[in-house]
Amino acid sequence: MEGNGITRRSVLRAGAAGMAASALPLVNVHGQTSGGKLALGLWDHWVPAGNDAMRRIVMDWGQKNRVDIQLDFITSVGNKNLLTIAAESQAKQGHDVLSFPTWEIHAQSELLEPMDDVMGRLAQKYGALNPIVEYLAKVEGKWRAVPAVSGSQNKPSLGRIDLLKQHGGIDVQAMYPANDTAGSAADDWTWDTFLKAAEGCHKAGVPFGLPLGNFPDANDWVGSLFRSFGAELVNAKGEITAKSDGVRAVLAYAQKLCQFLPNDVFYWDDASNNRALISGKSALIFNPPSAWAVAKRDAPQVAEQCWSFPAPAGVAGRFTPYLPYFWGAWSFSRNKGAAKALVEYLSEREQAQAMVTASNGYDIPPFASMTDFDAWAKEGPPTGVVYNYPVRPHHKAEQFIADYPAPPAVAVQMYNQGIQAKMIARVVQNKEPVDRAIAWVTRELEGFQRG
Amino acid sequence: MSDAVLLAPPRPNALRRMARRNSTTAFLLTLPLILLILGLVVYPFCYAVYLSTLNKRQTRFIGWDNFSFLLGRETFWDVVFQSVLFAVTAVLLKAAIGFILAHVLHALPAKGQRKWRGMLLVPWVIPPAISTLAWWWLFDPSYSAFNWALMGFGVDPVPWLGATGWARFSVILVNVWYGSPFFMIMYLAALKSVPDQLYEASAIDGASGWQKLRFVTFPMMRNIISITVLFSLIVTFANFDIVRILTNGGPQDSTHVFATYAFQVGIQSGDIPLGASVSLFMFPLLAVFAIFTLRGVNKRTKEMA
Repeated sequence: MEGNGITRRSVLRAGAAGMAASALPLVNVHGQTSGGKLALGLWDHWVPAGNDAMRRIVMDWGQKNRVDIQLDFITSVGNKNLLTIAAESQAKQGHDVLSFPTWEIHAQSELLEPMDDVMGRLAQKYGALNPIVEYLAKVEGKWRAVPAVSGSQNKPSLGRIDLLKQHGGIDVQAMYPANDTAGSAADDWTWDTFLKAAEGCHKAGVPFGLPLGNFPDANDWVGSLFRSFGAELVNAKGEITAKSDGVRAVLAYAQKLCQFLPNDVFYWDDASNNRALISGKSALIFNPPSAWAVAKRDAPQVAEQCWSFPAPAGVAGRFTPYLPYFWGAWSFSRNKGAAKALVEYLSEREQAQAMVTASNGYDIPPFASMTDFDAWAKEGPPTGVVYNYPVRPHHKAEQFIADYPAPPAVAVQMYNQGIQAKMIARVVQNKEPVDRAIAWVTRELEGFQRG
Repeated sequence: MSDAVLLAPPRPNALRRMARRNSTTAFLLTLPLILLILGLVVYPFCYAVYLSTLNKRQTRFIGWDNFSFLLGRETFWDVVFQSVLFAVTAVLLKAAIGFILAHVLHALPAKGQRKWRGMLLVPWVIPPAISTLAWWWLFDPSYSAFNWALMGFGVDPVPWLGATGWARFSVILVNVWYGSPFFMIMYLAALKSVPDQLYEASAIDGASGWQKLRFVTFPMMRNIISITVLFSLIVTFANFDIVRILTNGGPQDSTHVFATYAFQVGIQSGDIPLGASVSLFMFPLLAVFAIFTLRGVNKRTKEMA
């Protein structure tokens, strides 16, 4: 009988070798991660290329580590990400890893896997983190999530070089050039200078576009304004401290500033300020570079005149509005090992740099040591437009989240109910005396302290 | 023996006996709907009631504390006032406009009626989230098309969404625009079912147009008016999208309704039990209103039968 040249013995030998070969990488992978499946619900990036970069990074990691990845991008439009988080926390099933917006870590802390080991290794490699992410993600001494690169943003001043020079009397490029030095005028970049510039631009018909409704853009810049006046509504212990000179001073300042803002800022949403800048109607807004990126596409003559630079300083310091995202793994995840390994991988310098580059500099890594990526220096026109978008040592500024240092359970309500912007609206729109606005906010804050 | 078994007439088994009973068949046919209602209405409702009895972190049973907390909050009472103002004003306007439109359509010759009926139904068939966005562009703070038109006539811009009064007017207007066609089509159907003999008899008796409306049309439409008002009131009290898209509850919380406030408190501010309590607050009042309305409808139906 003529055979095919393959003996039973050779088949068995080949089979055994094949099984061993395929099992070996699995053994190796198990040593680093847990293999298996991993379902991810990551933030749907404003910058379309941001999603592509993230998909590439995650899929490469999955392939290398033999982890089957299911990747969903969940939008924050219409708070869909908040709804997903609420639904998964109630059902105790869903994705393994989610992107959590600013305030969600404390709210969900009991259902989140501790990340102290990951954070320990990252801090050892990349140095100190800003205190705001610690405030937002460390609950009872334990890290419950890792501050994310993707989606985290600063909201510094984004102004028109020409209009501010012509009508506001400030040369923003000289004040904060695209290098690590500050101009001589930087020390004078205070809320008083800001007020004079606002007045000049208002007279010229290009008023500053500062929203004062109940939306994040309004809450963020108003939060920094309050903080730089030392106006704290609730202190770290949870005590209401609204009856203070700082609060009175900031409300008095806001009354003056609002004279030079468009009348309709009290119902501007997060897109109104962007539109004001892009349409050429406004000389300054507080925003990430997304407004500039849209202008680059739709109104290049406006984009060429844009420049990012720090927020003004007040008596208590200079505070740049900051809105971080976090990556967290549910405690009911079936693949916590792989979830943690992926989150750690995403936080590493190489991946952070890839995401910052892909997002045109929009994403802000949580480590100060990662503010040297060349994406911020190269972006343009004008070249260096976003150089000062990350907070750099020569800014003499701190990243800041509105309502800090109130306990997060109270602060989240203050933030989402726009309590500081409402105080300004009461004083300016309703013409209420400052003391009545303070009495109102005190009553509201008492309600927020419910356990 | 086996042949004898095969040839014997089949005995009606228990399943067949059950199937022959009309009530069993009816139950089986309605079972899918019952399961849907249990899964999508009863269970979520009971779960919401359960959530409303928990503390903020959902770790402890606290009974009615969430409700008593809400009753002590100034902002919550503003929300109650605004919800009632929004729902009652919008439903009354929708009913009045729907009633007038139904009469106008009913009076049109049959040939052109379908065309008008189709056009007037358009606001109702567009998903409200989409149509409300279009309204938002018309009301937009800086680029409002309405204000642009007004300025063309030399009229000052109106803060459609920025001043309390105008913002309330705007959200009610959009709700009325969206909901009136529903009333119109229901009232038109009711009008068409009123027997012509009644109008003829009243004409012979010398009734004026108003008297025909008062003593013929209204009594014949009473049931449909009650049911549409009840249905619309419940839906309008639960409205979310219009306020959320147009004003997000502002300015200064002056347009929040129960659903938008519940979302802000429950989902955005991480207090799901309190959010559930806000959303359940109107349930007892609406339930009592529904019971009395439906009882009236049943009574009148029996009288007419």
